[in-house]
Amino acid sequence: MKKGNGGITVRQKHSAYAKEDNIWGYLFISMAVIVFCVFTMYPIVNACIISMQKYNPIQSKWVGLDNYNGLLTDKLFFKSIRNTVVYTVLTVPVNIAISFILAILIFPFKKWMQTTFKAIYYLPAVASGVSLSVVWLWIYSSLPSGLFNQLIGIFGLESQNWLGQSKTAMFSLVLMSWLSSHGTNVIIYIAALLGIPKDHFEAAEIDSATFFQKVHYIVLPMVKPTTLFLFVTGIISSFQVFMNAYLMTAGGPDNNTTMVGLLIFNNAFKYSEFGKASAQALILAVAIAVISLLQFKFMGDEIEY
Amino acid sequence: MGLYNDYNNNIKLRCLRNGLILLPLSLFAVATLFPIYFMVISSFAAPVEAGAASHLLWPTKWTLDSYIFFFNYSKYSTRWLMNSLIASTAVTFSNVVFASMTGYAFSKIRFRGNKLLFNILLCAMMIPYQVTQVPLYILIVNTFHMQNTYAALIFPSSVSVYNIFLCKQFMSSIPNEIIESAKIEGCTQLNIFYRIIMPLSKTVMAVVAITTFMSNWNTFFWPFLVTSKMEMQTIQVGLKNFSFANSTYFAPMMAGATIAAVPMFVLFFSMQKYFLEGVTVGAVKG
Repeated sequence: MKKGNGGITVRQKHSAYAKEDNIWGYLFISMAVIVFCVFTMYPIVNACIISMQKYNPIQSKWVGLDNYNGLLTDKLFFKSIRNTVVYTVLTVPVNIAISFILAILIFPFKKWMQTTFKAIYYLPAVASGVSLSVVWLWIYSSLPSGLFNQLIGIFGLESQNWLGQSKTAMFSLVLMSWLSSHGTNVIIYIAALLGIPKDHFEAAEIDSATFFQKVHYIVLPMVKPTTLFLFVTGIISSFQVFMNAYLMTAGGPDNNTTMVGLLIFNNAFKYSEFGKASAQALILAVAIAVISLLQFKFMGDEIEY
Repeated sequence: MGLYNDYNNNIKLRCLRNGLILLPLSLFAVATLFPIYFMVISSFAAPVEAGAASHLLWPTKWTLDSYIFFFNYSKYSTRWLMNSLIASTAVTFSNVVFASMTGYAFSKIRFRGNKLLFNILLCAMMIPYQVTQVPLYILIVNTFHMQNTYAALIFPSSVSVYNIFLCKQFMSSIPNEIIESAKIEGCTQLNIFYRIIMPLSKTVMAVVAITTFMSNWNTFFWPFLVTSKMEMQTIQVGLKNFSFANSTYFAPMMAGATIAAVPMFVLFFSMQKYFLEGVTVGAVKG
């Protein structure tokens, strides 16, 4: 008897939604859903349509897959992909390594010291991107009085036009990324370090493990999910990078710093080729999705959630 | 016991080790803070052309002339700050209200399609903004004719999925019993939200407010696209225009950069706790 009753209530829970809750639920989410549909969902659908058109404000022309076919022979598109990949490979792993080392180094200190360092490393993220790029433009100034030129002048090296010549432009952007904010990643890593059970270290100490052995055999495996998370989010945002290239080098010299994000922007808002830009953006979206899936597949085997 | 050896509480050895660790930490801190230091310090130099200016790490003469130069560049420069303030405040307000309402509904109200709708939102979050930027621009400028209005700056970002996600994560940990007992007492959902959920979710609402305000103050791309008139531009767009028009005036440019950045520094230092907490509120556990 009792069992039967339990069965009914369980079924009730699964099938019947309280009528009132339904109404309230929809009421509470209504505003968000409207905004989402108008400003996200509709543009996404529209992007797919525009990518198959030669866009014109009055009458667009349907061109099928021409925009996509055009990309296969577009040298600049491939160059921008190469640049984006180079930038990503040079920045994301290095930035994650820097954040990890900083987190490990901050870890032994008292709470207030940890907070101070977290705040310091976080600070550049608070400053606006435009402000920072204005500053970095001057640090990389091609004049001999430019700060970076003065710095290498100490070591007897010649002044360079850092952002204006092909061999140094990409490096300059990469260096800027290395010295930008690591606050978020450091905070996430410290949270992960705090989650490692103490007895792991105690056991290692009994086996008289060195510090580096502890890092290698305990810390690295234990924070692997965090590392994966940072890799995925890092690569996603690196693939979309736009501001630095746009404000500092405008993609030059000779398109050597034109990343995909900047190329899409130029196609859309400089040359008004909305169809081409949408096709490129959708390919970028697919690439990001594939890379994220691959990362989870190959690195995610041993992760326990 | 722990990651670091405690040297059997030998204080001298521990101090030595901590000192050795502090050295690289501080060096890197200096490297990170240097651009900001350079920006603020240089803004107090005299507004002369770059050829005559020397890039010093400590100015010989302190003056506010560069700030005056920046504000004299355009009669709208104070308007830029106002525009940034108005747009960011409106976006922040609507995000706090609607993201917390939506987050509450998704975490605690059982309605048909709850999970499905939430998953659709999450999937859309993965799509890069480059996909939506062109159609969104066409929608705002060609369809709604909203260029150079506050509406164009505010509406597209009035509720972000990320904020909904943050609120949902946080509110899921509020015990159901509280809500159930309030229902038995005859509370409507609106009352429950206003009297119980909101007071319990102050932390996440503060995090949403601060991060939203900061990202909207600092945003450059969207205002740059939809504002062509100087009087409707935000401070970030104005700063970009200023620096392209006066590329030889070094100190005034730094003054402009400082003006654009300092409000966020003030906000950061007064609400540091929420900034730093905000990073881990929504992060995956692991």
